[in-house]
Amino acid sequence: MSSTPALVVEGLTKHFGGRTAFSEASFTVEPGEVFGFLGPNGAGKTSTVRTLGTLIAPTAGSAVVAGLPLTPANGVGIRRRISVMPESPGLYLRLTVAENLEFFAGLHELPGARDRIERALRAVNLSDRAGDPCRALSKGLRQRVGLARALLNDPTVLFLDEPTSGLDPVAAREVHDLIADLRGRGVTIFLTTHRLAEAERLCDRVAIMNTTLRTIGRPDELRERLFRKSLEVRTRAPLADPDRVFGALDGVESWQLDGSGAYVLAVSDPDSAAPAAVRALVAADADVLSLSQSQHSLEDVYLRLIESDPEVSAA
Amino acid sequence: MSMSVIRSLRRGGAGAGFGGMSAGRIRAVFRKELRDFRRNRFIVGTMAVVPLVFMVLPTVELLTMPAGLPTSALDTRIGLAMLYLLIVPAMVPAAISAYSVIGERDQGTLEPVLTTPIRAEEFLVGKALAALLPTLFISYTMFGVFLGCAELFAQPAVATAALRGPQLLAQLLFTPLVAGWSIWVVIAISARVSDVRVAQQLGTLASLPPLAVSSLMSFNVIHPTLRLAVTLAAVLLVVDSLGWRAVAAVFDRERLITGSRALR
Repeated sequence: MSSTPALVVEGLTKHFGGRTAFSEASFTVEPGEVFGFLGPNGAGKTSTVRTLGTLIAPTAGSAVVAGLPLTPANGVGIRRRISVMPESPGLYLRLTVAENLEFFAGLHELPGARDRIERALRAVNLSDRAGDPCRALSKGLRQRVGLARALLNDPTVLFLDEPTSGLDPVAAREVHDLIADLRGRGVTIFLTTHRLAEAERLCDRVAIMNTTLRTIGRPDELRERLFRKSLEVRTRAPLADPDRVFGALDGVESWQLDGSGAYVLAVSDPDSAAPAAVRALVAADADVLSLSQSQHSLEDVYLRLIESDPEVSAA
Repeated sequence: MSMSVIRSLRRGGAGAGFGGMSAGRIRAVFRKELRDFRRNRFIVGTMAVVPLVFMVLPTVELLTMPAGLPTSALDTRIGLAMLYLLIVPAMVPAAISAYSVIGERDQGTLEPVLTTPIRAEEFLVGKALAALLPTLFISYTMFGVFLGCAELFAQPAVATAALRGPQLLAQLLFTPLVAGWSIWVVIAISARVSDVRVAQQLGTLASLPPLAVSSLMSFNVIHPTLRLAVTLAAVLLVVDSLGWRAVAAVFDRERLITGSRALR
């Protein structure tokens, strides 16, 4: 696997007239990485994909896509090395699945098109539907055909724009499995999504975008960056003197009672603080119902960032 | 339509190109379009009905021509009837090519296509050739039916005048030239408008010039001469040959995908 980054984006900006689609986006995506691109509606996710996919021209900034600088002269070269699956798969509904793929194999001028089509259909478990007109397929199956089409040219970078948008949970799960399979095969994937659980499950790193890039990192890194580690303690009855129980514990920086009646302890190391907390609670004759480490999801990270965003607050 | 493009396609093979274009990608668009047309009932219906409508008048005119007309009057009336038949290659592309760009955008297929290595010129030439083939087939078929009616049902003198060499040659040559001109005009419209129906309505304007030429001749404002025919053919040949360049120039990927004009 090449060590050259799959994507290098520096200060990329796109304006449509007086409206800013996205501004000053800078990030790098390593080969084989699944990179999540999250943000609310209108955050500039799709415009970023379209810019990196050479469909629209950036207003400012630079990028290297699949090893080629993003310039008009390199448009064809970049498009040979990438695949883009838009939010709507955009299939020719009167054509069969195989005919759709044959058309795109022709546009890429791929040698051994028939074998590639069969391989792509096998990869998305659609070999038995090759002869079906696309209009006869469910939305989930159409999405899978779109993925098969995106795989035809063995792209260096695969852009997936909201691949599970509008799909039911079962169909979405199938698409997740396919993406996980592609990751296993070392395909670099740039995934834009609204579904935070999807990003958390599939992505090595995520960027949160709201016209400008708000943060970037591994989901666990972002959680650590934004949320203090904590333990949550539930007791049958309120403690008589919680300050005496928790205040003297090593590793407990502070404590508070949350709205549900649980004690939330801010700790530096949950693994060492938890046994000490249990011992202190037993010593205080408390009936402990549960003690757990607080889990913050990527959704918590996202919501904290987006809700604290001045642009969202202003809106 | 450029003959060089067609020759290049016949040579075939990936990478065999014209003006830097890839014959393989043009062929892919061409094949896909023909498959799509065949399964589109609206297009098949329009392609079947419109030519019939435009064939009725010249055929009735032919069959009702009296035998005793002077030769010059007979030639003029037959020439006009045949000129009227040239509206068929001008009208058929309005039904087909109106969809070529805006139709793809409306059904969401344009964006995936434009993210492949295809160039705008290749996409447009593929579309144009796919529109040309059924247009020629229909136009020549209609012309064949017209000549068949002349042979079977018209007065012998009328039939003889209709089947004269120069008339036939002119019809055979002008049909692809008019079709090519009409195809480029309609594709250009399809690349610029925001609605398929608007493209269809404006596309019918492509039939106005042949209709205008027919009218001017029937009112004796201009007279059908060899020089006029050669001049018109030369103009159409130039327009057809350069049409792809002109249409590619108005094909703005960014505006088509986002609705916003690219800032250059």
